[in-house]
Amino acid sequence: MHTPDSLRYVRSHEWASAPDDGVVTVGISDFAQDQLGDVVFVELPDVGRQVAAGEAIAVVESVKTASDIYAPLAGEVVAVNEGLEDAPETINSAPYEGGWLFKLRVDDPSAWDGLLDAAGYEAVAEAD
Amino acid sequence: MNASHNAPVGVDAADRFRDASFPLIFERAAPGRRAARPPVVDGAPMEELLGEEHLRAQPPGLPEVAELDLVRHYTQLAHRQFSIDGNVYPLGSCTMKYNPKVHEEVAKRFQDVHPYQDEASAQGVLTVLAELQDDLASITGMDTVSLQPAAGAHGELAGILMIRAYHEAKGEGEQRRVVICPDGAHGTNPATASMAGYDVVEVPTGPDGEVDLDAFRAALGPNVAAVMLTNPNTLGLFETRILAIAEAAHAVGAQLYYDGANLNAIVGRARPGDMGFDVVHLNLHKTFTTPHGGGGPGTGPVGVKAHLAPYLPAPLLVRRDDGSVGAEGQRPTAIGRLRSHYGNVGNLVRAWAYIRTLGLEGLRRVSTMAVLNANYLRVSMREAGYQIAFDRVNMHEFVARPPDGLKTLDLAKMLLDYGVHPMTVYFPLVVREAMMVEPTETESIETLDAYAAVLGQVLRDAQRDPSLAHDAPRNTPVRRLDEVGAARRPILRYQVPKA
Repeated sequence: MHTPDSLRYVRSHEWASAPDDGVVTVGISDFAQDQLGDVVFVELPDVGRQVAAGEAIAVVESVKTASDIYAPLAGEVVAVNEGLEDAPETINSAPYEGGWLFKLRVDDPSAWDGLLDAAGYEAVAEAD
Repeated sequence: MNASHNAPVGVDAADRFRDASFPLIFERAAPGRRAARPPVVDGAPMEELLGEEHLRAQPPGLPEVAELDLVRHYTQLAHRQFSIDGNVYPLGSCTMKYNPKVHEEVAKRFQDVHPYQDEASAQGVLTVLAELQDDLASITGMDTVSLQPAAGAHGELAGILMIRAYHEAKGEGEQRRVVICPDGAHGTNPATASMAGYDVVEVPTGPDGEVDLDAFRAALGPNVAAVMLTNPNTLGLFETRILAIAEAAHAVGAQLYYDGANLNAIVGRARPGDMGFDVVHLNLHKTFTTPHGGGGPGTGPVGVKAHLAPYLPAPLLVRRDDGSVGAEGQRPTAIGRLRSHYGNVGNLVRAWAYIRTLGLEGLRRVSTMAVLNANYLRVSMREAGYQIAFDRVNMHEFVARPPDGLKTLDLAKMLLDYGVHPMTVYFPLVVREAMMVEPTETESIETLDAYAAVLGQVLRDAQRDPSLAHDAPRNTPVRRLDEVGAARRPILRYQVPKA
């Protein structure tokens, strides 16, 4: 499983990039995309929506199952990856780059440090 | 043979004989070709014989084929069909058991009765339906049964709508907005609750594979309308704390709903009614061997305790004072009609034949053998190198998974090359790479051994050469399906091939 050290993770398999001017980018982990199998559909939240940490705000559907995607941190949705509408398979091919899902302007950028680091997430994923 | 005739443009003539280009019946047609010609009546115009208004202006758009083309077309299609009559089909949660052929003979005896017949002239079939109602009530421990619903999910909807009507009659319709389902529930449970207007709250599976009782109690409250469970659950494990669950649910005024999909594990031995359930639906096409698959017709009778009986959908069969059987009309409190006439009567008759053939002692042996077979196969799969989720004595089914690094989907496709059907895959969702296996009581020990041997073989093959896994199936008429393409770029109707 590929788990970049520069990111933070949550148990529900989302990653969040380090806050840049209060904005984090969110996607699903390589482990998660591998478990899901080929992604065929993505439902993204509306820009401007206020979300709580742990709130289900997107759906990723694969040939196997449909999974809720949870906001790893509280904040406002400031952008979504509209390219996924036509090319949802990008989540499989590039989960940490082109397959990002949405960007959040987080309420508390310091909360990012409290999420799981790569080693912590890998331990959780392996035990899952 | 002039194969260019009506063959899709650009398709080689020899393709007609190859599976890869299996034509539609319309593509086998040629103008003027006939399977049968109706006799012509001399000197009597059709207008006079049938009446002008009954004659078509244009012929119907039917394929013009010879009888032999017609027979070959459907015979070849039938050869592509996989069925329990052909080979082992251990789909978890689906109870794909053998449908005894004597049921077809029994059903034939009733095929010519009509629902608009006078009751007095249909006492035979009405008596059968009344007896089935009573038998299903006593098998499930319920007070009254309606045979109306035409499928399992239809029965679920009936059950939840009755619960809603019950709460509304007590003035608690607004207050109770939530239905609780375990995270391992059949997908139909939350779908049914949602369709009936409820919000769904999921409770987790505990470390022993049963409902987490503490989490369940925490989810309960005066806003809960119903709790939907199956017992044994979708991991094939008996919910040993069911009495505590029922007591806690009833303490907050919620109703307990039994999803009967897994009844085959306990039929003749334990009754949902005795466990505290208020409503059950049954899948007659599972436990009671009416035909299954291919989209139906299913049959999903629903049974209730007495306090819910006023809401049952009519017609209910009743015994009149003169000893005859008749259909009772819709009660004003009922949730309304679900299906025309008496339900899927052809299937109801078959289920009745099954129950009456086996009797209570026979039904007990059904669940005994179903559980024994599943446990035997669980141990066989473990010995063949598979991992078992919650490896303890299970009921009629169990959940396994391949060793890390192997994909369940690949192994399932490899099984197809051995002429056997895979188990249910990727369900329940609480187990990663799940393989849900339900052999049923109708498979012999030799068949179970052979299936386990094939499971061991595909595991070894996949470990030895990953391309074998990736490229399977190799010997089926259609090879690995493009599931991604089917989802992203679906072609939903026939398209004439372009030149």
